[in-house]
Amino acid sequence: MNALIIARKEIHQAIRNRWVLAATLLLAGLALSLTFLGSAPTGNVGVRALDVVIVSLSSLTIFLVPLIALLISHDAIVGDMERGTMLLLLSYPIARWQVLLGKFLGHLAVLAFATCLGYGLAVAALAATGSPIDSDSLMAFAAMVGSSVSLGAAFVAIGYLVSALVRDRGTAAGICIGLWLLLVLIYDMALLGVLALDQGRSISASALNAMLLLNPTDAYRLLNLTGFANVSTFAGMAGLAQSTSLAIPVLLAALLCWTIVPLGLAAIAFSRREL
Amino acid sequence: MIRTVRVTDVTKTYGPVKAVCGASFELNEGELVALIGHNGAGKTTLMKLMLGLIRPTRGAIEVLGDNPAAGEFAGRRQLGYLPENVSFDAALTGRETQAFYARLKREPPTKALDLLDFVGLGAASRRRVGTYSKGMRQRLGLAQALIGKPRVLLLDEPTTGLDPELRQTFYEIIARLAAEGATVLLSSHALTELEERAGRVIIMNRGIKVADGSIDELRRLACLPTRIRLKVSGLAPSEMPPWVPGDAACRRLNGHIVEIDAVPDRKVELLHRATAAGNAIEDVDIVPPTLDELYAHFLSHSEQTP
Repeated sequence: MNALIIARKEIHQAIRNRWVLAATLLLAGLALSLTFLGSAPTGNVGVRALDVVIVSLSSLTIFLVPLIALLISHDAIVGDMERGTMLLLLSYPIARWQVLLGKFLGHLAVLAFATCLGYGLAVAALAATGSPIDSDSLMAFAAMVGSSVSLGAAFVAIGYLVSALVRDRGTAAGICIGLWLLLVLIYDMALLGVLALDQGRSISASALNAMLLLNPTDAYRLLNLTGFANVSTFAGMAGLAQSTSLAIPVLLAALLCWTIVPLGLAAIAFSRREL
Repeated sequence: MIRTVRVTDVTKTYGPVKAVCGASFELNEGELVALIGHNGAGKTTLMKLMLGLIRPTRGAIEVLGDNPAAGEFAGRRQLGYLPENVSFDAALTGRETQAFYARLKREPPTKALDLLDFVGLGAASRRRVGTYSKGMRQRLGLAQALIGKPRVLLLDEPTTGLDPELRQTFYEIIARLAAEGATVLLSSHALTELEERAGRVIIMNRGIKVADGSIDELRRLACLPTRIRLKVSGLAPSEMPPWVPGDAACRRLNGHIVEIDAVPDRKVELLHRATAAGNAIEDVDIVPPTLDELYAHFLSHSEQTP
């Protein structure tokens, strides 16, 4: 109940500060342009347009959703402490974990709204132009949107952990940019490099699986690009899909862990903070 | 008397700095207590300790039956707090902010919103807090602290930024709350304002409690002289009246006023002598030591005996 009061206020603030508007417009704009520009090379023959959209949108999500999530979350705790609003809030009958959970629910709602609306517009536009959409593709699309939100949740939680640990907002922002670069760009490149050097000699399939699960963006990528047969052929991931034995529940569990563990650690760090 | 706050031998250190050192006191229902001390004396630290925002290095605190250091907060529904530099989320309006805090305390927002008119925020309450001046933020801070008839009020420098009129209303409000049984602990620099209002004064110096009692008790403890000012006619400008005892400090103020420092138990005797001497005394003023003087006295006293 307390957490819901906080969540409600966070949503209210995000609407006022035009965070909701900005995130929705950004995601909708990019989704729409990918939908129409992205289908140009494949044409319309024999290819289900929505599957192509899923591939391009999930690639977009990997870059953009973590960035938006970290932007909202990095100053949730340290920022409120610096502004002095946390001092007053914590004098109220509310536990610190409730404050954190409330902020999480609020920020997640903002992110989910922006993602659903932004990506939903892409499907609506596709349907409006008369492309045939079958139920398989629609299922895959819904799964993509859902997993995008859980990827966002993981990065919101990671942002809170940073925010609960550092002393000032600037540091939080710096660390979050570093984490984004690491998890979204560098990790995969490094992994590819290692695999290429190793030539399959010492890194077993299960070690590769473990390394993929250690990064929430890879779990997300595998979930969307290999989870559905139609999609994986377009994604050029069919080969990888066969070689990794990670089932969908495992990937989902990985994403969930990437949310719960940082959130729990953030709650512990926050409850020990003095202000 | 019912105890609402108990501080037992509390020490709080930040690295080598002792913010509070071995402080002990109890606050009871219906008390209006002034916590005074210069900057860094440990006033804010004490309030933060009572709220559980920080944990004591040593000692125990109990507020409305809770141990705040252990994260207990049930009693905070009946607690109001106004921080020294109060700040709010700039994007929300005064009304939205007040309603949010009322919901956290499980109080009906409509009643809490009436408090905004009460502190004179009126029309401004529909504007965003980001546009508020310091005084308006302070009014909003006051309004949120008063939500739900608190049993304990912790007010850190509450009157800074308030205009004299609102100061007056503010003191009326807290006096009424104290009369109805609330414990009010307020820290301030404005000692003259507190003088007639605080039933009890706690003086802090460098984290150590150096005095605790009603102003009358403190006056007795301090043994500071009461100043007696007599307007005497027919006295040469530099002449002292013959009835002034030799051991009493005595000076002339602008023309025909004689000021005598009298130790507390000689006040009456001095007045007797003055009237018996037959000098034409036109007027008498008796000025007991002010809170300012008491404060300075206890401070220098504690510096001499560390």
